[in-house]
Amino acid sequence: MTFLLQLIVTGFAQGMVYALIAIGFVIILKCSDVFNIAQGHFVLIGGYLGWTFLVPLGLPIWGALLAAIAVAIVMGLLIERLMLRPLVGQPVLAVVMMTIALSTVLGGLATLLWGAEYKAYHGLLPTIIMKVGTISIPSESLIGLIVSIICVAILMFLFRYTKIGLAMRATAEDLQVVQSVGIKATTVYAVSWIIASVVGVIGGILLGGVSGANMDLALIGLKAFAVVLLGGVNSIGGAIVAGIILGMLENVAAGYLDPLLPGGGLAQVFPFFVMIIVLVFRPHGLFGLAHIERV
Amino acid sequence: MGLRTGTFHENYAQEMAILSSRRQWGNVAALLVFIFACPLFLSDRMLTILTTMGIAVVSVHGLNILTGYCGQISIGHSGFMAVGGYTSAILCAKLGWPFWIALPCGALAAGIAGLLFGLPSLKIKGFYLIMATIAAQFIIIWIIIQLRGITGGTDGLLVPKPTIGPIALSSKTSYYYLVMFFVVLATITAHNIVRTRAGRAFIAIRDNELAAEVMGVSLWSYKLQAFFIGCIYAGVAGSLLLHYVRFASIEQFPFWDSVWYLGMLIVGGMGSTAGAIFGVIALKLLDELVTVAGPILAAAVAPQAAASLALISHGMIIIIFLIFEPRGLHHRWEMIKAYFRLWPFSHQEIE
Repeated sequence: MTFLLQLIVTGFAQGMVYALIAIGFVIILKCSDVFNIAQGHFVLIGGYLGWTFLVPLGLPIWGALLAAIAVAIVMGLLIERLMLRPLVGQPVLAVVMMTIALSTVLGGLATLLWGAEYKAYHGLLPTIIMKVGTISIPSESLIGLIVSIICVAILMFLFRYTKIGLAMRATAEDLQVVQSVGIKATTVYAVSWIIASVVGVIGGILLGGVSGANMDLALIGLKAFAVVLLGGVNSIGGAIVAGIILGMLENVAAGYLDPLLPGGGLAQVFPFFVMIIVLVFRPHGLFGLAHIERV
Repeated sequence: MGLRTGTFHENYAQEMAILSSRRQWGNVAALLVFIFACPLFLSDRMLTILTTMGIAVVSVHGLNILTGYCGQISIGHSGFMAVGGYTSAILCAKLGWPFWIALPCGALAAGIAGLLFGLPSLKIKGFYLIMATIAAQFIIIWIIIQLRGITGGTDGLLVPKPTIGPIALSSKTSYYYLVMFFVVLATITAHNIVRTRAGRAFIAIRDNELAAEVMGVSLWSYKLQAFFIGCIYAGVAGSLLLHYVRFASIEQFPFWDSVWYLGMLIVGGMGSTAGAIFGVIALKLLDELVTVAGPILAAAVAPQAAASLALISHGMIIIIFLIFEPRGLHHRWEMIKAYFRLWPFSHQEIE
């Protein structure tokens, strides 16, 4: 029983990580209808930025966070302006390939600037230790949970009550109508990329603070897509719930099935099985809106 | 890009001919002679490059039918290559089947895997299909690792020398000829498949799924056909690759290869047979450039510059093509040809 509980708690921690990445993805999708494969690489850049500001430059945690957010804003603006704007109205494949290319360029930049090395900065983030009975809840999952909840609260508010948030949702729905009522779509796109890049970078700093920054941070991004699909691509709340579900399922499945399988490594591939199952049986996910096609 | 000035078709055979004039026949014959004469004057290293290019061409032709013509985007092509490659490698290594039987079996296995993972395409499209094919890639590689007893898992599997009857394809030159034979075969079949009833159905599905269905094109049947055909090409390419390296390992089928095959299609130009070839040549040349320039840059700037150069250059070339030349090199080539066809006068002498 303790084994199962420990698996669930570890899974919960992992799930929060997935959820953080998934949120950034959902924001861009909600606003500009772009599927951003490079979201995991924002996290990667964030992890390394956190190291740069905290260790060599020696900034306090708040200074580092603000500096990283400033870099993220510039990065998001540049990406939107230089790469995505020329592709407005292009087919899905062009946009997806663009974000894949963006992810390799970001990966290449990280390799060039930080040498693809493992950079640790443990102990620089505040740690919270909680124990329930015999099971210790890792600080990672708690920080992830808190930050995700804050992010979601801010974003929910943004999308429900602010003018720019409503403009973003409207733009995702119908570009032409939005333009005809005088909303500037380019501003909406720019804002959405800035938000996604900021969320990604914050997630990266948190992750880096817990487990160190290395190139594997980007790989988590690929798995976060399973989360996004399970939760429903246009639901922020869904991304969180699905992140937790998937993180737990993955760990429980790996914990019990890996000893039975000769090669092991089920945890790495489990999200992809979930992805296929979701896509075949419920393409719009748990909380997403079903897409109805009319002629 | 239309008809050459002064060419008139008088019957159906002329209308349907791929090569409509003697000069085109001459060009193609000269190209074939050149390709098959290459080993006479090229070094072993150049032959290796050309052989890997050839294998990629076979694979990208399949992806072109699936993605360029039928519009079903797949980022799992390297996974399907793995299915074909491993099937034929296992048949040769474990069961001792001859190479020329194992290769079609591998192709068939890849086709069936394609059918299986193509099933979601009936319900989903666009980004969701991309995700399903990415999942296919990772699941296939995982299954290969799981079946350690048969595939060798992460240790890999030694593949015996390929032989066709009494001829052993052990030298680089002989394998080059084999690969080029398949390149020519793949190009001819790919170019013709898209002119058939099925090919026109693929294009209709790509351009507008609903309209195609209303016109009576069976989405169920033709989408699966596109997956089957595309993955058969992948299977042939995969088994050619494994028999060339003579060692089967999962590292030969990385996820990023699937992405680059799609990148080749974008750089070359989607939905044209020549575009697939152009794209492969362009990106493989870029690869070679990076291999040459990497160590120099690593010595001059920083040791990690070589690794980052490969990533950044690949990413940048796709970005540049998406923004400035979304129709690819093939389109540019056609434009240049059209320009010189009329230059400096607007009419051309017919031979």
